[in-house]
Amino acid sequence: MARLELKDIRKSFGGTDVLRGIDLDVEDGEFMSLVGASGCGKSTLLRIISGLENADSGQILLDGRPVGDDPPSGRNVAMVFQDYALYPHMSVAQNMAMPLVMARLPIYARLPGGRLFTPHLRGSRADIALQVEKVAGQLRIDHLLSRRPAQLSGGQRQRVALGRALVRNPSLFLMDEPLSNLDAKLRVEVRKEIVELHRKSDLTFVYVTHDQTEAMTMSDRVALLRHGRLLQVAMPGSLYFDPATIDVARFIGSPEINLFPARRKDGTLSFAGVRLSLSGGPMGDSDLMVAIRPEALVVKGAAGVASSPLEGPQFSIGVTREAIEDLGAEIVIHGRIARMPDIALRIRAQKSLHHAGPVAVPAQFDVRASLSSLLFFGADGQRINGVTAGVAQKALAR
Amino acid sequence: MSAPASLLMRRQRRLAYWLVAPAVLLILVIYVVPMILVFAASLTDYTLVSDYWEFVGLDNYRRMFGDPQFANALHNTLIYALVFLPGAFFTPLFLAIAIQSRRRFRSFFEVIYFMPVTSTLTAMALVWSALMDSRQGIINNSLQALGLPAINFLGSPDTVLYALAGISLWSVIGFNMVLFLAGLTAIPQNLYYAAAVDGADHPVDRFFRVTWPMLAPTSVFVAVTSSITAFKLFDVVAMLTQGKPAHASEVFLYLTFLEGFEYFNMGYSAALSVFFLGIIFLFALVQTLLADRAGRY
Amino acid sequence: MSLIQTASAPMAPLMTRAAQALKGLTPGKVLTFLVLLGGAWVVIFPYVWMISSSLKPTDEVYDADFTIWPKTFAGVQNYLDVLIEQPYPTFLLNSLIVCAGVLAVQLVTAIPAAYALAKLKFRGATILLGTVIACITIPINVTSIPLYLGLVRAGLLDTYFSMMFPFLVSVFAIFLFRQFFKSYPESIIEAARVDGFSEIEIVLRLIVPAAVPAVAAFSVFSFVAHWNDLYWPLIVVQSQDKMTASLSMMQYRSEFDINYGRTFAAATVVTIPMLIVFFFARRAFVRGITMSGVKG
Repeated sequence: MARLELKDIRKSFGGTDVLRGIDLDVEDGEFMSLVGASGCGKSTLLRIISGLENADSGQILLDGRPVGDDPPSGRNVAMVFQDYALYPHMSVAQNMAMPLVMARLPIYARLPGGRLFTPHLRGSRADIALQVEKVAGQLRIDHLLSRRPAQLSGGQRQRVALGRALVRNPSLFLMDEPLSNLDAKLRVEVRKEIVELHRKSDLTFVYVTHDQTEAMTMSDRVALLRHGRLLQVAMPGSLYFDPATIDVARFIGSPEINLFPARRKDGTLSFAGVRLSLSGGPMGDSDLMVAIRPEALVVKGAAGVASSPLEGPQFSIGVTREAIEDLGAEIVIHGRIARMPDIALRIRAQKSLHHAGPVAVPAQFDVRASLSSLLFFGADGQRINGVTAGVAQKALAR
Repeated sequence: MSAPASLLMRRQRRLAYWLVAPAVLLILVIYVVPMILVFAASLTDYTLVSDYWEFVGLDNYRRMFGDPQFANALHNTLIYALVFLPGAFFTPLFLAIAIQSRRRFRSFFEVIYFMPVTSTLTAMALVWSALMDSRQGIINNSLQALGLPAINFLGSPDTVLYALAGISLWSVIGFNMVLFLAGLTAIPQNLYYAAAVDGADHPVDRFFRVTWPMLAPTSVFVAVTSSITAFKLFDVVAMLTQGKPAHASEVFLYLTFLEGFEYFNMGYSAALSVFFLGIIFLFALVQTLLADRAGRY
Repeated sequence: MSLIQTASAPMAPLMTRAAQALKGLTPGKVLTFLVLLGGAWVVIFPYVWMISSSLKPTDEVYDADFTIWPKTFAGVQNYLDVLIEQPYPTFLLNSLIVCAGVLAVQLVTAIPAAYALAKLKFRGATILLGTVIACITIPINVTSIPLYLGLVRAGLLDTYFSMMFPFLVSVFAIFLFRQFFKSYPESIIEAARVDGFSEIEIVLRLIVPAAVPAVAAFSVFSFVAHWNDLYWPLIVVQSQDKMTASLSMMQYRSEFDINYGRTFAAATVVTIPMLIVFFFARRAFVRGITMSGVKG
């Protein structure tokens, strides 16, 4: 149980800046995910939090106490590694006991054969064994305690790694892509278990992943990293519906958000052949980006595609069909804007429950969307807030 | 349906026989037949000097176990091994750990320590004997400069085995160091990270919790090959001492060589060779057993 | 502003790195470094002494105050003696012939056999592999008596053939290559069969090129081992004509040659080829050692 604060953490390897000033607060008991593509610095940040790596500058506070110069063992953090890093020569019980042995037994008792001449420590050893059994019971691996890691399945190894981390009652629980070595089905299962574990334990979790689904489904908040900077820290829902920058909007969500270059002139916004009136936000003429999620576009005139009702003022775009991916319950339509074939478009739609045959999308069709589902970004990639789009007079007249 | 498959099989089999034929022939002539003949010869009193020989049963073996020269050679080999083995094991282990953890100078030290391994030992033994020379050698000059008594390294029965062990160590340390380095490199770095998070960041804990157990298969290999190397000591003895002084450096393999190729007691020498083979199989057995235990995770 | 930033940016990590390097210097590390350095000096000193002595006149070799560079330079004379007056070129050539011959036959016999053992099914494969593994443990010292007697009977003592004979097949190479081929993906071989390659073509065009790293490692290993070998040449070589470089050192085992400078020039000449091999093929050699260690 701890509150973690990172202040302006910087790190470079050789001449490459890996972290360029990270400020992040993780609340006591919070589940925080660090998400980003590989090479964004998320694993380095985790290793700096754990003490395996030292930051070039910046501060790490645990419950207000600076720990930047402490070794990993002095921070009472636990860590689960991507490949679990179980000691192959030790049994499951010995693996799990390791942090306790290190913390509770003096160095002479830990040497080979130390057990023989330290009978007075029998009590401590028994305590450790008891603690290990308790945690193993919680994780339902108590029947595996005498096995070696090589004799375990992937999911079992994963649990042992969790157990080794839990047994010491850490103040901070760090996980470095712990699910990436599991198959898809097991991954969903363990995902639920980790969430459950977090809920029961009230521990502070910092979870590194490149998988946005993991981050979105498990975390209280998600910190999105790119090129060594934090793009946005927010709850999963607001990261999706309220992205702070174009990069966030593009990273979160699959298929990727639709983006259109747009121009604002004399209070009128034009993009993809659509003209809208624009009020609010910074005034003046400028180039912008307009974004809209694939599921906010509604296809008209396709057989077998359910069309959800739209609310408020709307606009429509003519689309040329390119390819259709049938995912079972829903479909993804790839197309191009009829009048501007350089601009690709992705549409996600639910299949109609009452339609039996194959989905039929005409070669040319129209999509409609509510104006309220549009997101606006400046040329610098930052979100423009407080902008309201309305139907332009000319367009109405048409 | 199975016809083409079996045709392929037959074609493969015929090709395989052609491919292995030369090797099989040579293995027969160079290994299998001589092995049988060594056993056979050890049961005869054959000497190269006279053409007459007869079957003597186990006489050669009986003679061997009553032979003071044999006892002396085994004793010398054992003393030598007791000096040589700890050095041949722990020095390279220390070097490998010390070198592996350093970024700069790593390859510099690797190159230097490894150099003696490829060097022609007969020539370098000559150099060592000059350095160890009792009167004018540079080592004794240095000892005397420090006010210490000179040591007749290769000429005294008390020191000759130690001197030979020293020269052999010089030539073998790099070899074992490379094996240990390979073993160390194969330990996943993540285990050290996990150990650090678990609280094992003291070097002693790192060594005993991660390095030593993970290195076990390599250690077994190094220990066994070094033991065999110790038992095979020949070059330096033949080059520098020829068993002198007073048979104090007459080690097992050198005695076998003397009996066979100097005195031409082929039958007796064959019996010694069979004994030698027994020792080597014993080491191989120990290795298999230990490797099984060490590698069982 | 941007100018200053670009100028100072590369400086900052340099400074911190220097600071970190100093911070990391504990007394233990310094001590370890000094021990390593001292050990390194012990290891290379014999080479230094040897080369230094090979450049000195006899009376200076055992001089009480040792200098690395000779006071009287006799290097030219010593090396001319060794290379012209004494038959060292012949010795070196003999070693080269034996090593090259041994290696060539070893490769030609081992690669096909190893491929068959790794990838083809035939009756007797298990027995052959077992024999190969058992033979790895048998050193030349055990079989030398029958081999010698056979060569005596055949009247082949003191020939290149007798010097090479026991090493013409390397069971170690067969095993090493077999392990190497075993890991070669079966799917590629099957793809080649589908594409119409014959089995021989598969060996020549797929397997042999893929085996280059293992072959290189083994070659250096074999070459060095037989260059340095003393035991077998000592048994079968009788004349100066067939003497190998390594064996030639036996001439100096008694203290009869009193020309010390020339002695160590000869030692240098014998050692240099393997030092050259070492410097150019160290990695291959090390790979050979570790491959042998991996088999466990």
